[in-house]
Formats: sequence, structure tokens, C-alpha cells
Amino acid sequence: MIWSPEIALLAALIIPAIGGVFVGLLGKSPNLREGATLVASVLLALNVAYLVSVTGDRPELIYEIGSTGLAFGLKLEPLGALFAAVASGLWIVNSLYSIGYMRGNNEKDQTRFFVFFTIAIACAMGVALSSNLLTMFLFYEALTLSTYPLVAHKGDAKARRGAAIYLAILLGTSIGLLLPAIIATQYIAGSTDFTVGGLLNGEASPMLASVLLVLFIFGIGKAALMPVHPWLPNAMVAPTPVSALLHAVAVVKAGVFAVLKVSTYIFGTELIAAAPASDWLAWIAAISIVAASVIAMSSNNLKRRLAFSTVSQLSYVTIGAMIAAPLAMLGAALQIVMHAWAKITLFMCAGAIYTASKKTEISDMRGLGRLMPWTFGAFAVGAFSIIGLPPFGGMWPKLYLMMGAASTGQLALIGALILSSILNVAYLLPIPGRGFFDPAPKESLKKPGPMLVVLPPVITAAGATILFFLIGPLTDFLAPVFGVEL
Amino acid sequence: MIELLAERFNFIIVIILMMTGLYAVVATGNLVKRLVGLSLFQTSVFLLYITMGKVFGGQPPILPESAEGHGETAGYDAAAHAPETALADAGHHVEAAIYSNPLPHVLILTAIVVGVATLAVGLALVVRIRESYGTIEDEAINQADYAVDSAGKNA
Amino acid sequence: MDFLASLLPAHIVEHAPAIVVVVPLLMAAIAAILPNGKLGWAVALVSTVISALLAIAIVVDVQAGGVVSYAMGGWAPPAGIEFRIDSLNAVLLLLITLLGLLSVIYALPSVADEIADNRQSLFYSAFLVCFAGLLGVAITGDAFNMFVFLEISSISTYVLVGMGAARDRRALTAAYNYLILGTIGATFFVIGVGFLYMATGTLNMADMASRLPDLSSSRVVQAAFAFIIVGLGLKAAMFPLHLWLPNAYAYAPNFVTTFLATTATKVAFYTLVRFMFDVFWPEAAFVAVSFFWVFAVLGIVGMIVASIQAVFQEDARRLLAFSSVAQVGYMMLGLGIGTAAGVSAGMLHLVNHAMMKGVLFMALGAFAVRFGIRRISDLNGFARTMPFTSVAFTIGGLSLVGVPMTVGFWSKWYLGVAAFENGWWWAVAALILSSLIALAYIARMLAAIWVAEPHHDRAGAIASARAPWMMLAPMWILAIANIWFFFQPDFLISITNAAAEAAFAGEAR
Repeated sequence: MIWSPEIALLAALIIPAIGGVFVGLLGKSPNLREGATLVASVLLALNVAYLVSVTGDRPELIYEIGSTGLAFGLKLEPLGALFAAVASGLWIVNSLYSIGYMRGNNEKDQTRFFVFFTIAIACAMGVALSSNLLTMFLFYEALTLSTYPLVAHKGDAKARRGAAIYLAILLGTSIGLLLPAIIATQYIAGSTDFTVGGLLNGEASPMLASVLLVLFIFGIGKAALMPVHPWLPNAMVAPTPVSALLHAVAVVKAGVFAVLKVSTYIFGTELIAAAPASDWLAWIAAISIVAASVIAMSSNNLKRRLAFSTVSQLSYVTIGAMIAAPLAMLGAALQIVMHAWAKITLFMCAGAIYTASKKTEISDMRGLGRLMPWTFGAFAVGAFSIIGLPPFGGMWPKLYLMMGAASTGQLALIGALILSSILNVAYLLPIPGRGFFDPAPKESLKKPGPMLVVLPPVITAAGATILFFLIGPLTDFLAPVFGVEL
Repeated sequence: MIELLAERFNFIIVIILMMTGLYAVVATGNLVKRLVGLSLFQTSVFLLYITMGKVFGGQPPILPESAEGHGETAGYDAAAHAPETALADAGHHVEAAIYSNPLPHVLILTAIVVGVATLAVGLALVVRIRESYGTIEDEAINQADYAVDSAGKNA
Repeated sequence: MDFLASLLPAHIVEHAPAIVVVVPLLMAAIAAILPNGKLGWAVALVSTVISALLAIAIVVDVQAGGVVSYAMGGWAPPAGIEFRIDSLNAVLLLLITLLGLLSVIYALPSVADEIADNRQSLFYSAFLVCFAGLLGVAITGDAFNMFVFLEISSISTYVLVGMGAARDRRALTAAYNYLILGTIGATFFVIGVGFLYMATGTLNMADMASRLPDLSSSRVVQAAFAFIIVGLGLKAAMFPLHLWLPNAYAYAPNFVTTFLATTATKVAFYTLVRFMFDVFWPEAAFVAVSFFWVFAVLGIVGMIVASIQAVFQEDARRLLAFSSVAQVGYMMLGLGIGTAAGVSAGMLHLVNHAMMKGVLFMALGAFAVRFGIRRISDLNGFARTMPFTSVAFTIGGLSLVGVPMTVGFWSKWYLGVAAFENGWWWAVAALILSSLIALAYIARMLAAIWVAEPHHDRAGAIASARAPWMMLAPMWILAIANIWFFFQPDFLISITNAAAEAAFAGEAR
């Protein structure tokens, strides 16, 4: 076959990029342009599926930069393959949704929107497949820059302000904290390659590792650990497909994926366990989980509530990485997958509600479920998954995280996770609950939801359910990374 | 102390001139006077070079007639090597003599030219400033510029 | 490069060091009497091309042989004036000639727009004098000769800056202040050279370098050192001796700013390196103490203060001028680290900064040619009107911040590594802080160009107004260079490492 793993690695970046070029060129004819996006997304998904199948070989593609001792590279390993699969799979769904949303709301500058989408996906692929910190940093920054026009899409003063805060926090943390950490790693270990068992394991003392750990965790601003989280609620000024992309597929998942990858391959579980900083970083993550949930409860704006819910859910991954027990890290990796599917459902539903009824405040949504049963049904499924109820996928990460916390004796963290579930119920369930059980609103819908806006959340909700049953293959796939025997 | 001053009086003068010049540059508001101060400052440096290059008892650095014949080819080398060796080549026709060092003077001629060029450009700029602003007082010019700046801000 | 060098006949290459400087001087005289601005430009172009080819030939020789030494007029050093090119000033030679060439190509539309027709050939004449002067500074091995060429380039610079008066009369006061400060600086330098002559009896820098170590306790030598670094520091715009720079860059014609920003301060920095490491020697106590207390400290202060000042500027070119002062601070930090790695990083930043600032100022000039841009707010919405120029500007801006994928990243990286190796983690922190501030002011300009809505009075004229291709071509050559050298940094790294080694080789004498 002509298609080798190395070519597939490169293709994962090139397919969306070329797709973007075509989208740009076809800007004048919307249907062809949308077609280009869909074709690119399907091709990418197929390519990533191929990559997933050859993960066992660990193919890699390294480019040395002259004699500087630094290199760029792509390398496939299970975590990265999983993230790439999630991103590419959800891109198809999100593209369908975007088409429906943008047309349904008559948004302007659609070509620019779709072009930067493809670039952002390409960058997310780069983050997923990077072989060392330098490459990951490069794509991480490119991701921030390419999503900026998407956040500022509406172009009014409010959008620009939100986008400016978005950019300031993300670039500030990455250049101010992450980059020094990477430079220090290069200096200490002589390279920034992701290594099994941890690059710094054995090279850095626990004290030094603690300092670096703090720099890394707060430097990866996309993981939205408090207090570097404000960019997330501020980014809600973006159109909903962007929020769906940001909060499920590309940006935040790139952030927590980076956290997990750094924890696993740069520090390694031994070093993290030995470093004193990991204990109180875990506590900060726990506080982040609870505090964000509380703020979520007090928000009446649906997207803002979902944004803080995301902040809370992302800290699950951070807490798992800091607990550093194999089960906890497995839970963190699973959270990346499960939360992605659930959150994108919730956001797409929010967008569908807005498209159909122009409502953004939760208090206005009473009884709306009777008029939009599919949408609210999907929302309910997503909510259940986030709360962690079986038979929905979100149960597994919570379970493994709690088991991991128990295995290291940190019972207080289990308490935080349970408290979080209760708070999730409090701020998520009322929305579909009141939607279905309150009397129907007086005015009817402005227009019935277009199919492309209603169907995708249903698909992803179904996906969240199916993933519950796929736990076996998922764990087998991830087992080599964490050394977990089940 | 007195001996020091007597021996090194040239440096004292240089310092006085240099500081006077610098003070004039800094303290005056008139652009032409500033240039005068600058010239004074540069002149003090010329004096520094010339006075340091003084060789007491030195003769003009010209080889005497009798050494001419040998001097043709040796002439250029004499410039590179110490005068004494060239005289040795000349075969004892001339006693060893002490020559004044021409180099500092050459350097200062060059520096004077540079100073003149600088002064010329400076004065030309002052003329154009006068044409444009109507004044050569620093304060007034700053006021005029500041007014433009603020006007630009409010525009 | 070897191929280009082989194009020239051997007897010309033999005298290349002299011709490189003499040709622009002669052509300047010719340009001065030409009636037509275009002819003047053609003369400038021919002259820079010749100098560039010769410079390449010299650099090839240096890379092969080590040191090229040329005795002016056949008078042997150390009594005669020597033009001496080693790996350290080979970098400068290449930089000045190539950037001069790109600037001249850029100049035709820019100068035609900004300078009165009857003055254009005189303008080009002054430019050629400046070009010759800078090349002379870079190429000479004699200390007083360096002063002379320094002043030649400076005086013509004052004239060039003053020519901006046609558009903004503040150029005159800027040129005047530059003249005063520059002359004081050059005079300090010549005082220092005088002291060195007093102490060593020679003006040849290589010769001085061999005699000075015996005189290390002499007050005269120490005073000379102090005068020299103050004088050269003023020319190099080291903080706090930089006060002439912002106004000079802001009000000069665009072509002048582009050329100066990429060459003038770099040459002065080179002279600092040459004196500190080659003529004087780093082990001497009085030199070693200056590394930290003068260069490192002032470099860091300059980096941060100038960057902060840049953030608050309204005028676009003034903002970039303050940014240049900050970037000089980076180079000074590299110098202050005092190791070969530090000097190499400083030299690398020198080259990279020339490329970055070249693009940025060229782009601003292109905006100005079409629309008379002064303030940052004038730049609103330019991305739609002049997309190519805007993208080039963006690349330059990102390079200034040090984003990976652009060559500016390597400068920051190597400076950071050199500082780390020296144990100066606080210098790395300062480096990162100033990068963040740079991000702030670059983001401001980029936001204006890409995101802001264009002004109403211009909205009608939006229909794309491309910059003239003679401006776009050099701009894009530099922009692509910014990206190319990120992926292929070997050439830059090898020449800057060689430069640092050459600087330190002075000790061996």
C-alpha cells in the first residue's frame, strides 16, 4: 500500500490544511465550500483511523533543525492517537452542525470562519501527534492564534474584547510560563522528547521537578486550571460551533492532553509522586472543580454555565495527572474522550436552542423541551454523562479517578469528586428537567430547528452512550501507556 | 601637587575646555550656542592629541640631505620602523636625532576636518530650523512640537 | 556564495577590501551631480551591487583562509592603515551590503514619494556616503580610521534624517539632536583612542591588542576603556544613551529609517565587541567588571524600560524605534554574559534583528507610500487593503516576539541558553518579560491591521491598493528569510559562532 504510517502522520496535518485552501478558494459558492470542509473532515477521520490501527508500531517523523540540537517531530503513541481520533471524529459532526448553524443564523464572513476552522484542526492534530515539547509548543501557539479570529468572529466591540482577553491569557501563560519550562527541560535533559517513563525522571531532583511542574501546569493555560481560566468564559462571545469546537474538540482538549502528556512522558509517574508540588496542585485542581461548579450554578446564561462546567470537568484530568497513580491517569485519559462527546452535545444543543428561539438565558427556557424534544433529550443524555451515571460514558473516568485516588490514600479528593457530581446534578439537570416538565411557552418557535442543527447533538449523545460499552477496547488501547492491568 | 600641575598643565587646560564645551552644550537653549559648545569640546580633544604628541627637543621629521641617496628605497620603510634604524642604514652620515612625531598632527588634521564638516551640517540644520520654526531657541521649538503632538492626539 | 565570488576577476578580488569602500564614495560624487532622481537611484543600485559582490568575495576568502588583511596604499601595518577582515566583521560586511542592496531596491518608490525631485540625487549621494562609511567602520583594522569612518557615516546620517523635513519638520530637530549627541559620542571615542595611542604607541587594533595586556594596571588604559564604551555605547543606542534614536527613526524618510535600523546600530555594536574582546581582553579586571555592571544591567534595564515605553506610543515608527532600543538591550545582554556563547547569541540577534526590523519598517513605508500612515490608529483595517504588506508585517512582528517558526525564536533561545549556562536565570526571566511586553505592542499593531474597522474616509478607497512591487520584493525577501532561517539556521549559527571565536581569539595573541 502506498499509505505508510509516516505518510499518514504528515497527512494528518496536511489534509486539513489543504482543505482550508480549498475552502478559501471556493468561498464564492457556499455549497461547494461546505463540501470541501466535509470532504476534508471525512478524509482526516479515515486517515486517523488508519493511524489508530498502526499505533502499535510507534511510527515517527523527525526533522532536525540544522546543528542546533533541536528537532521537530511527529510520533504516534496511544494517548496522541486517541486525542487525534476524538478531534477528527468530532470535526465531522461539528462541521455538519456549523453549516446548519451559520446558515440558520445568517452569520457573515462564513468563509473566514471555515478556513480558520481547518487551520485550528490541523494545529490540534499537530499537538496530538507531536514527538517533543518543542513541536507541541509550536502547534499549541498556532492553535491559539488560529482560533483568535474564530472567537472574535462577530467583530463587535464585545467580541473583540473577549477575544483580546482570550489571547492575552493564553499567550501570556504560554510564553511566560510554558516556554521557560520547556527551555529549562531542554537545558536539564538535553532534549525535549517525550520519553516512556518520563524524560526528567532521574535527571531532575524532586524540588526542581516541583518548580517545573508548577510552570508547566499553569503555563498550559488551555487546561483552564484556576486561576488561569478566565479566557474560557470570555471566549463564549464566539458563535456556538466555535464554542463546541473550543470546549470539546480542539482547544481545551489540547490543553488537558498536553498536561497528561507532559505528566506521563516528561515527568513520569514516579517523579510526579515524588515531587511535593503535585500534592497541592491536586488540591488546587480539586478546588477548581468545586469552585467552578458553584459559579456554574449561579450563571443564568446557558453558555456561561457550560463554560464553567468545562473548567470544572477539565480539572478532572489535571487531578488525575497529579495523583499519578496508574488508575487515576487512565481515568484522566478517559475523561478526555468522554467529556468531549458529552460537552459537545451540550453546546450544540445550546446553539440549537438559540437558532430556533433566540434564547440564551436558562430562565427563558422553561417548557421549551416540549417544542424541541430531540434537542433537550440529547441535552439530558449529555448531562447524565457528565454527572457520571451509567449507562453513559462519563461514568468510567469518574470511577477510575476515584479508584486511583483511593489507591494513593487521598480520600479527600474522592470527596471532591463526589461533591462535584452532586453539583453537576444541581446545575445541569434543571435545564432539561424544566424544559420537559414545565408548561410549554406561550410563543411558538421562531422557526423549527434546521435538521443540521438538531441531528448532530443527537449523534454525539448516542456516541456518549455507545462509548460506555466500549470501555474494554479503550482500556486495552491505553494500557501500554499507564501499565494498567485490569 | 604644584609640580604635577606644572608638568601636566596641558591636561588641565584640556579638561577646562572640555568641560566648558560640554556645559555649553547642555546648559544653553540657543541652538547655535550649542554648536559652539560642541566645537569647543572637540577643540579640547585636538589639544589633547597635539600636546600629548609633543616630543621635547624633537626636530621636524624630515631626513637630512646626506641620507637622501640611501633614503630612496629606505624611505618608505623608515616610516614603518624607528628612525634610528634608517639612520643606521644611512651609514653614520647623520648623528642619531630625536624627531617630532608627525602622527598626532595628522590625526588632528583629520579630526579638524571632521569637526568642520559636523559644524557645517549642524549650522545648515539650524538655518533650516530657523526657516521652519522661526526661532532657534530650544524652548520655543519644543513648545511648537508639543503643540503639534497634542493636536495630533486630538485629531 | 562561492559561485558569485568566482564571477569576479582575480585582480579585483585582490583589492576588494579597498574597492568595497571606495566605489560607493566615488559613486556618491557622481550621484551628486546627476540631474535626475532616477539616475541617482541607478547609481546607488550599481554601487551597492558591486559592494555586495565584493563583500561576498571577501567573506568567502575569510571562511576559507581565516583573516584577510589588506594594507591600504601598500603601507604595511602597524604603521600603515590596515583593512582587516576576520570572521567577526565578515558578518557585518555581509549584513551591511545585502541589507543596503535590499534597501536601495526598496528606495525608488519610497524616495520618489517623500523627497523633492530636485533633491533626490543629492539624497542618494548622501546615502552612498553613509553606506561607504558604515562599510569602512566594519572593515578597518585601525582605531583612528574607525573614528573617521564612523563620523563619515554619522554626518551623512544626520543629513539623511534631516531630509525627512519635507514631510514633518520635527525631522530637523531630530537630526540636530542626533548630531549633538552623536558628535559627543564620537568625540568620547576619539579621546579613548587617544589615550590608547598614548599608552601603546600604535593605532592598529591588532597591534594594540598584543601590547595592552602588559599595561593592564595603567590608569590611562582603564580611562581609555571607559571613554570608548561610552562613546560607542551612544552610537549603538545602549540605554540610557539612546535618546536620539526614537525621534530620528520616527521622522526620517522611510527608506532612511529602514536602512539605519538594520545597519547603523549593528555596526556600532560590532565596534563594541571588537574593542571589548579583541583589543581589550576580557580577563582584565576592569573589563570583566563592566560585563556585568554595565552591559548586562543596562541591557536588561533597556530591554524592559524601552519595551514599556513602546507600548504607550501613538506613532507607529516611534513605537518600533523604542522596540529597537529594547532589542539593542538584548544584544548588550549577550555581550554582558561575557562568554563565547553569549557573544555568539548577541551576534545572532544582531543579524536576526536586522531582518525583522527590515521587514517591519519596509512594510510601514509601504503603508505610508499609499496612505501616509503615521499613527497606529491609521493602520486600522489595512489587511483588506494591502494584504501582502500586512502579512509581511505580521511575519516581522511575530519574529520580533520570538514565536517559533520565525527566526526571532532562535535569538531568544540562544540568549536564554547562554544566560542559563552562566547561571543567570534572572536574565532569562527578564528576557521572557520583555518578550511578553513586545507581544503587547505587536499585538496592538496587528490588531489594528487585521481586526479593526477601517476609517470612514478611507473606506471608499479600499479597492486594493497594492504596494509597488519594488517595495514588496525586498520586503518579502526579508519576510521569507525570517521563516527560512528558522528551519535552516545552520548558516547563521556557523557565522555567528565563528564571529564569537574570532572575537575571543584576540586573547591568544
